[in-house]
This record gives sequence, structure tokens and C-alpha cells, in this order.
Amino acid sequence: MSSEKAKSGFNLTVSSGYLILYNLAQAAGWTLLAVAAGIHLIEHGTVGLYDKGHFLLNVFQTLALLEIIHPLLGLVKTGVFLTGFQVASRLFITWGIVYSVPEVQSKVGVPLFMFAWTLTEIIRYSYYIFAQVKSIPYVLQWCRYTFFIVLYPIGVSGELLSTYFALPYIKKTALYSVAMPNPANMSFSYYHICVMVMLLYIPIFPQLYMHMFAQRRKIIGGVQKKVV
Amino acid sequence: MGLLSRPTNTRKMVASLVPVAQMIVDILHAKSGKTLTSLSLSQDATVIDVKKAYKKIRGKSLKDDQKLKDIGLSKDGQLYFKDLGPQVGWTTVFLTEYAGPLVIYLCFYARPAIIYGVVDEPKAEVVNIACGCWTFHYAKRLLETMFVHRFSHTTMPILNIFKNSIYYWGFAAFVAYFINHPLYTPPAFGDAQVYGGLAGFVLCELGNFSVHIALRNLRPPGTKERRIPFPTSNPLTGLFSLVSCPNYTYEFGSWLSFSIMTQSLPALVFTIAGFYQMAVWARGKHRNYVKEFKNYPRRRMPILPFLL
Repeated sequence: MSSEKAKSGFNLTVSSGYLILYNLAQAAGWTLLAVAAGIHLIEHGTVGLYDKGHFLLNVFQTLALLEIIHPLLGLVKTGVFLTGFQVASRLFITWGIVYSVPEVQSKVGVPLFMFAWTLTEIIRYSYYIFAQVKSIPYVLQWCRYTFFIVLYPIGVSGELLSTYFALPYIKKTALYSVAMPNPANMSFSYYHICVMVMLLYIPIFPQLYMHMFAQRRKIIGGVQKKVV
Repeated sequence: MGLLSRPTNTRKMVASLVPVAQMIVDILHAKSGKTLTSLSLSQDATVIDVKKAYKKIRGKSLKDDQKLKDIGLSKDGQLYFKDLGPQVGWTTVFLTEYAGPLVIYLCFYARPAIIYGVVDEPKAEVVNIACGCWTFHYAKRLLETMFVHRFSHTTMPILNIFKNSIYYWGFAAFVAYFINHPLYTPPAFGDAQVYGGLAGFVLCELGNFSVHIALRNLRPPGTKERRIPFPTSNPLTGLFSLVSCPNYTYEFGSWLSFSIMTQSLPALVFTIAGFYQMAVWARGKHRNYVKEFKNYPRRRMPILPFLL
């Protein structure tokens, strides 16, 4: 019994140690990106912003794939499905749209979502670090459950605009598409997949946005109630 | 089931009359707050014990042909009512589900200019055979629904008709669009692949039909009685000695053969989706058989012999 307890206590420290390291790395990565992008914006404006930031953006966004594995290993309690969906939509934009269609990289969508993503992620990962040591500063909590009100629509606008600007190029070059005839007797149109993804934002975005508001009521509203 | 405990003064008085380690727990309806019943439980009882005790009082769901005296209602009595929401008959659902794929497939087979543009290429022979197979399969299903099946449940929730129709109609369009496409590529291994696949398809359709007949004969007309199915004199029902739901095994075999015959990836996707769904159903039915019949043959698997 006591050895079991000691064992689970040991595991707990290893896993929380790992999670602190992971979230620290992510927070540092996104902060680095924010600083680099900020300096670039002041000195040169949005021209060449993607070239400046694409390496950090791609590396740390792809690293977030680990967040699908974390709940599977029981490291965190969040749902695999929702996290997987969020990470997948991010990877669709970073690799499937902006990396794959260079014409989009200079368009207005990129600075929009990069601004929203970097700020969101810096706050989110910092929040997770403090959550591991179980003492979250109220300011951080407030930021996490308030900034989304503005940042989430900005991010979504940037993502949708980027996808929209990419559509003509995807159609023209038949990017990642397979046409008939072929021996599998099936065609695949990445263009239509992209259109479908854009349409999926219509039912999903309001739901997630409202979900965040509910979380805000629960977490920030709850604190106020206790004070009263 | 949501359970709430709410100790009251009256309950404390009653509790003092029962043995020390016992307690009385009120079960309230979560929405209306009405007391449904009170249970006498040990203080060590877990929530699952509460659920079991409640189920013992409430009893099982009743079948349409049970007599009131057989369920212990000799004089006056009480029955619990549970609203299942709007219902629709199984026959209606099946007919809607299966008529759609038939019509949709034939529409694509006609190669309308609105979908494929104006086409003058002749169809490959396998395209005609595939259309015959598809039509035969769904015509068979429609006829079986009308004349062969005896359902043990009479209705299902009305939402199912939409869910199932989207599934069957959607897949019918997906498969039909590509097989009837003017740029369809005939199978790589020629006649051997086409006629091999066709033979497999026909065999599995016959097997599926034989199992449906065997299941029908298992259940006397007008009843909802359940018995263990066994192989009959028809050799195609021999699969009953290996699996609980050979009709699903044959259905899977039919579509696998169809996919090979047409060398169609969409058909294979349809096969896999159908297999997954049928495997879920088969496991449920298998579990029911094992639970209901103590002498149920142990060797049987739900859907795939020796495997699954």
C-alpha cells in the first residue's frame, strides 16, 4: 500500500516535471516568435513577416501534436477529441495552406492569425506552467479567459482569409489532388476539401466561442462569487 | 440515472427502526423533484448498489405479448411508463433506407449529362455487371423487409430514419459516381477479377438470404420469441456453428467481392464502414445470446469465424 503510494507520487513528479518542461518550451518558442515578429513589424511592416517567423511557427505548432498524446497517456485530463481537432485545424493552416501555397504568405491573413496565435499561446502555456505548481496568478487566469473574446475572432478571420486566398492557386495547380482516371477509381480534390473545411467553421466556431464564454463564467465568475 | 440523497427528520425516525448498519435513501426524479421510491440500503453500499436496488424495484422492460398475470399483476397494480420519444416502424425505416440507394445508383448508371457532361464512351462490361449486382442486392433487401423479416422490436426513434438514410444514400452516390464515371478504369486482372468477384458476390448474397430464412423460421409467426439459431439442412447456414451473425459475415463478403470485382476504392470504403457498423451490432447480439441462453455454443464469435 505505502509502496504503491510512493510509486504514484514518483510518477506524478516525473509527469508534472515533463509537463512543466514541455509548456516552458512552448511558451518560450511562441514568445521568441512574438518578439521576432514584433521587431519585424516595427522595422519592415507585414512584408516578409512569414519568412521571418515561419521556422518557429512551424516547429512549435507541429510540436503541439504531443498534446494529443498527453491525454492518451493520462498526463492531462483534457479530451483527446477536442485537442486533436484544435491541433489538426492549426496544422491544416500552417502546413496545408500557408506552407503549401507560397502566394498566400504575403497576404493579410498571415499577420492576423500569427498575432492571435502567438498571444493566445504565450498566455495559455504560461497558464499551464503555473497550473502544474498549483498557483495560478489571477492576472494570468483573467487574461486567459478574457483575451480570447478578441483574439479568437481575429485568429479565425486570419485562418479563413488565408484559406480563401489559397483557393484559386489550389484549383489552378490541382494541389494534392488525384484526378480520374486512376486504378483506384476514385478522385480526390484538395480544393473541395478546403471549401468544406471553410464551411465547417460556420457551425463549429460559434460553439467553441460560446464554450469559452461558459468557461469564463465558470472560472472567473466563480471567483467573484466567492469574494461576495 | 441521477440519484440524490436528502436526509429528513421523518427518515431519521424510520431509520432508527431498521438494523443499525442500514439506512433509508430516497430516490427523487431529477427534473420534477418528486419522490420515486425509498430504498433500504447498507451504509457501506456504493452508488452501483443503489442503482441495482432501484432496478430491482422498477423491474425490466416488458414485451408486447406478455400476459399481465405472468408479470405478477393479479389484482390491481402499478406499471412504470417511460417515454421513448417519437417512434417510427422498422419496416418504414428499412424501405426508405433501401429504396434510396436503388434509385440513386440507377440515376448515375444512366450517366446524365448534368453530372458527367455529354459522354459517348461505351460502358465497360463490369460496369453493367456492377449495376446488376447493386440492383439485385437492394431489391433483395426491399423484398426481404416486406416478406421475410420478423422484427423483435416494432419501432425505433424517428431520428434513425434520417441518420440511416444519410448513410445509405450518401454512400450509394459516392460509390455509384465513380463506378459509372466515363473515365472509370476496368479491373487490372481482367475477366478473372471480374468473374471471381461476381462469383463471391453471388455466393454471399445466397448465403445472406439463407441465413435470413433460417432466422425467420426460428421465430414462430406472430411471436417475438427468441431461440438459439443453428445450421439447418441448407449448407450455407453452416456458418451458424462459427459465428452468431452469419448474415453480417455474408453481407461483408458481398461488398468485399463487389469492391474486388469493380476495383473501386469508394466501394472498399463503403465495405469497411459497413463492416465496422455490423461488427458493433454483431457484438451486441452475441452478448445478448450469451446472456440469455446458458447453453449458448462457446465456440461462436460475433461476426468473423475464430477472430472477431
